[in-house]
Amino acid sequence: MAPWDPKRSPAESARSARGATSCPSSGLLARFRRVRRWMLFALPPLAFLAPMDAPAEYADVVINNNSEREGVRPVIYPHWFHRIRFRCKVCHSELGFEMKAGGNNITMLGLMDGKHCGMCHNGDVAWSLENCNRCHSGLPGLKTGIRGGHQSTGPGEY
Amino acid sequence: MTVNKGRIFAALAAMAIFSGALATVMSEKGEAHAAPATKQDAAPAAAPAAVNTFNRLLKGAGERNLPPTEDGIHDPANPGTALLQTPRDAFSTLSKSTGAMGNGVNWVEALKNNQINPRYDRLNPAEEAVVFDLDIVREVKGSMPNVVYPHDRHTMWLDCSNCHPDIFIPQKGANQISMAQIVMGEKCGVCHGKVAFPVGECRRCHSQNKDASGAPAAKAKK
Repeated sequence: MAPWDPKRSPAESARSARGATSCPSSGLLARFRRVRRWMLFALPPLAFLAPMDAPAEYADVVINNNSEREGVRPVIYPHWFHRIRFRCKVCHSELGFEMKAGGNNITMLGLMDGKHCGMCHNGDVAWSLENCNRCHSGLPGLKTGIRGGHQSTGPGEY
Repeated sequence: MTVNKGRIFAALAAMAIFSGALATVMSEKGEAHAAPATKQDAAPAAAPAAVNTFNRLLKGAGERNLPPTEDGIHDPANPGTALLQTPRDAFSTLSKSTGAMGNGVNWVEALKNNQINPRYDRLNPAEEAVVFDLDIVREVKGSMPNVVYPHDRHTMWLDCSNCHPDIFIPQKGANQISMAQIVMGEKCGVCHGKVAFPVGECRRCHSQNKDASGAPAAKAKK
């Protein structure tokens, strides 16, 4: 299995990385150099192709501030689905969502207290929080951000 | 010296391998896209699969609005992914946009034609939007037509506080806007290019024609 394979668990890659760099037997420096050369070959295609390849729906938001650290898949928020049912104003003014991907500190505890998504996803307006995998449905390793649009990596505030 | 040579060689080799990998991935991508486009439905007769593989924004007919299981960011192994609505199902009855970018939906038209009825209030489905009808004409320095900013179409969706005063100072002449800023995600680019229609649809904003002297040629299209 390739080291950048998303199916590979983070623990597994950490273990192999440790094994490769801290082996004391044949000279730490030589060992490190070999690993570094391998990285030089293997990492560039991975780094540049992975974000380009996803044909995500326009304005899908990946929210991975806490998810993977806490052991669940990243959240995918589909703007298109919600704008059919609610105007922008409801979430971005009434519910207090900042118009910046990753700019809201969303936690499950907050949602249970009725903050952010929890204002509607409470079994009352929309389905409730026990449907974990409808939101936590992203591929492991995705970075927080808005997908499917033209914006590259400008210094924009939002 | 030898170390430097080794480094240069390694860098060159990496570049060569990278371009090779890129080429293989591109060709694989083209083939992979050609197959579902023809399998899917009979409508797109000549599948434009490999035409624009150099530009990730120009997608062929079979590559847009993919179901969550195939869109590259949802995990197909997640049992919840298959439960999600597919964009194509939702968009089939909505007005189409002119450009080949974004969702392919003209959301303002869809709202005006009552194809969708999104709530203006979280709880009350009957609440009417407070629409503010004021057009702002921004004279453009170059040869492009002037920009007409319609408050009405924006207040159908948004609250005043979403834009004022953080993004736009509500005062005539107080906001300097350039396309460079917009593409970088500032000013109009906070939404346009991310969630509202993308900047490729030039004439939806640059809509007031002007004559050679720069004066407006006709009344703005409303």
